[in-house]
Amino acid sequence: MMQFVITLPWAILLILFPLTGAIISFLWPTQSNKVGLVTVSFVLISVTFLAFSIIEHGVYHHAIGGWGSPLGIDLYADGLSLLMLLMTALVGLGVSVYATGYFSAEQSPRFWPLWLFVIAALNALFLSADIFNYYVTLELIGLAAVSLTAFGKSREAYSAAMRYLLATLLGSLLYLLGVVLLYHGFGSVDIATLSERCESTPILWAALTLISAGLLLKTALFPLHFWLPSAHASAPAPVSAILSALIVKSSFYIFLRLWLTIFGPLSEGAVENMFGLLGAIAVLWGSFQALRQTRLKLLIAYSTVAQIGYLFLAFSLAMSGAVVAWNAVVYLAFTHALAKSAMFLVSGNILYFGGHDRIMNLDRIAQHLPITTTAFALAGVSIIGLPPSGGFIGKWFLLEAALVQEQWGFVAILLIGSLLTAAYIFKVVSHAFTQSSLPHDSRPIPAHMEWAALLLAFAAILLGFFSSSILSVVGIGYPFELNGVKP
Amino acid sequence: MLFMYALTGVGLFFIGLYTLIIHVNLLRKILALNIMGCGVFLVLISLAMRSGYSSPDPVPHAMVITGIVVTVSATALALVLMLKVLEMTGKAELYDEEEV
Amino acid sequence: MIVDKKKGIKRMTRLLLIVLLSLLAAALGYVILTLPKSAVNLQELVAHNVATSGVSNPVTAVLLNFRAYDTFLEMVVLLVAMLGVWSIKEVPIEPITDIRNPVLDTLSGLLVPFLILFSAYLLWVGAHAPGGAFQAGSVLGAALVLLLLSGRQPFLAFQGLYLHFTLVASTALFTSIALFTLLVTGELLKYPLAQADTIIFILESIATISIGLTLALLFFGIYAKQKEKQ
Repeated sequence: MMQFVITLPWAILLILFPLTGAIISFLWPTQSNKVGLVTVSFVLISVTFLAFSIIEHGVYHHAIGGWGSPLGIDLYADGLSLLMLLMTALVGLGVSVYATGYFSAEQSPRFWPLWLFVIAALNALFLSADIFNYYVTLELIGLAAVSLTAFGKSREAYSAAMRYLLATLLGSLLYLLGVVLLYHGFGSVDIATLSERCESTPILWAALTLISAGLLLKTALFPLHFWLPSAHASAPAPVSAILSALIVKSSFYIFLRLWLTIFGPLSEGAVENMFGLLGAIAVLWGSFQALRQTRLKLLIAYSTVAQIGYLFLAFSLAMSGAVVAWNAVVYLAFTHALAKSAMFLVSGNILYFGGHDRIMNLDRIAQHLPITTTAFALAGVSIIGLPPSGGFIGKWFLLEAALVQEQWGFVAILLIGSLLTAAYIFKVVSHAFTQSSLPHDSRPIPAHMEWAALLLAFAAILLGFFSSSILSVVGIGYPFELNGVKP
Repeated sequence: MLFMYALTGVGLFFIGLYTLIIHVNLLRKILALNIMGCGVFLVLISLAMRSGYSSPDPVPHAMVITGIVVTVSATALALVLMLKVLEMTGKAELYDEEEV
Repeated sequence: MIVDKKKGIKRMTRLLLIVLLSLLAAALGYVILTLPKSAVNLQELVAHNVATSGVSNPVTAVLLNFRAYDTFLEMVVLLVAMLGVWSIKEVPIEPITDIRNPVLDTLSGLLVPFLILFSAYLLWVGAHAPGGAFQAGSVLGAALVLLLLSGRQPFLAFQGLYLHFTLVASTALFTSIALFTLLVTGELLKYPLAQADTIIFILESIATISIGLTLALLFFGIYAKQKEKQ
């Protein structure tokens, strides 16, 4: 019985379930909360079964329409995709539970279709093996994300959403021009075919420049991060969680995948070092800016800018074939998603409770909202990289890779980054114990909103305990072997 | 001859990029993005006649149709957002809040 | 004096930007010129498989069969843009009706019936000549927009649930066909050979209506007035 259940096409259902859920929640607005929760639960169950299937039978591969690449589009899921899907499902569940309490009865029917379409698009992106299909999913995610950001309804929110939309459209167009060059240069838009055919010609490097520019703009790597802080800070809390945890990772995933299969094997070294350098600057700049902020949501948003920098350090450190650097990337992306979403949900709680998010005036949150404060502290532990959290494992791998290659510059960056991160996290936590000088009314928070934040933060810590099993799953299909060949 | 169209596409792309960066008015930025989109599609289409058959390669054509639909949707969303920004701030420009 | 200096710096940055972008454009142009005059691409594969795709127009075959998954997601993009516009513009709106423009009146009276017919023609001819769902949908959308511009109310018949249903119709249909093909043939969006042309035609028809309506509603989101409080 179990064998039969595992062979069901869970990957395809991962895309179709949320689409169906989105349509139903659009047609049935009064029940949108319930439809949303049911759909997200289905998504988590599907990911679990997909995981069983991949662990048992290996990489999942499906030719849509029966045509097969390069004529048709292929779906492909190895360990890396599986981990991204799992990340989406877990964060998705936490944010959805939170959202049922956060949004009013008039906003919910508008939120759920858009959010479920985002989940469908994310799943479609992580499962796809076709670079033009990536473009369509990126646009879908971008438009839905901008619409969700505008839920903030304030002047800042609309302006931030506008800036975000312009940036994301520019990124998509740059990416598309790169795809155009790759198609006309090598005759296919399928990743497997391209990885076989690509050679080191000017067209390839022009395509790499354009695709990198587009995707790095969408992933908000320094110096293309200008749109992120305002957008992530002025969106409503669950939307900020979705943006920081999942959406910036989606364009990063495409960049990583294309790098591993097409561009990496043909690259000499200068390009990786540039990414490493930008990542290093992002870590320092983002952490420094976070320290300077007076509002909690902006602090958390700048923290995202910094943490994204860590992901790019690995490109430099993985040059001599150090797979541990790529494992670090996966770990960091996953734990950051869990921890950062928890942090944004906490900020939502604090805003809901006190009506503002000024760090100086947190007014003994530790006493009034103990669960929320614990959630923030746990998430902070993971973001700083203290043991025994998942964030520690990720940063430790990076440190290991840097020490082995005697890249002392990177070691210094990692240490300074952790120090700065600890500084801004402690800044928030310390103010949580002080009394505010300004009196204000407080509102009680529904329990599930607090617990959603806590469980997400707890999951980030838990990841630190299961590193060997997670790494063995990530390795299925050898995504990080730079031989560039895919089945 | 084909390559002339492709080069025009590149030119449109960069003219649009310049306008997007320089001009402050949101409507100009949105139009600039549309021009950039046209440039990309022009490059995609113009190089599609190189495989020696009497008719062009249909895959880029299908991609451009998809791209146009996506661009139209994005433009519509951008215009509505711009109108909302105009309504809220009185000017069709990006609002820069001084970060304290 | 300070204003002049500021203007000077601005002019400098503009010039620098122009130079930089021109260099990039020249580089990209050069790279494109290095492409060979003839190349291998997917055309041969498409030509080889068109016969079994259910239509004879290769572009329609690519859009609705070989790469139907992209078209599927694209319908969702349209729908999401619609949802976004609705969530931003939440004030109840109604069409602007007090337009007194005789040219527009006559023109729309002449053009709209023609456009609707032409859209149906484009839909039908797409199977064997240039045409298809998107082209037909755009023309239909144009007809509805023309109605809106001339002060008429094309959405009176579509209210509430009917409107919602028609908007999601093509996405819902695509999803159902996806599930259906998954159950029947075991592969996503693999049309059974004998029914391929029927499936494609049904998909295209519903898509035309959905696209036309969505485009018109996107326009309506921008060109409307606030509903009078009764």
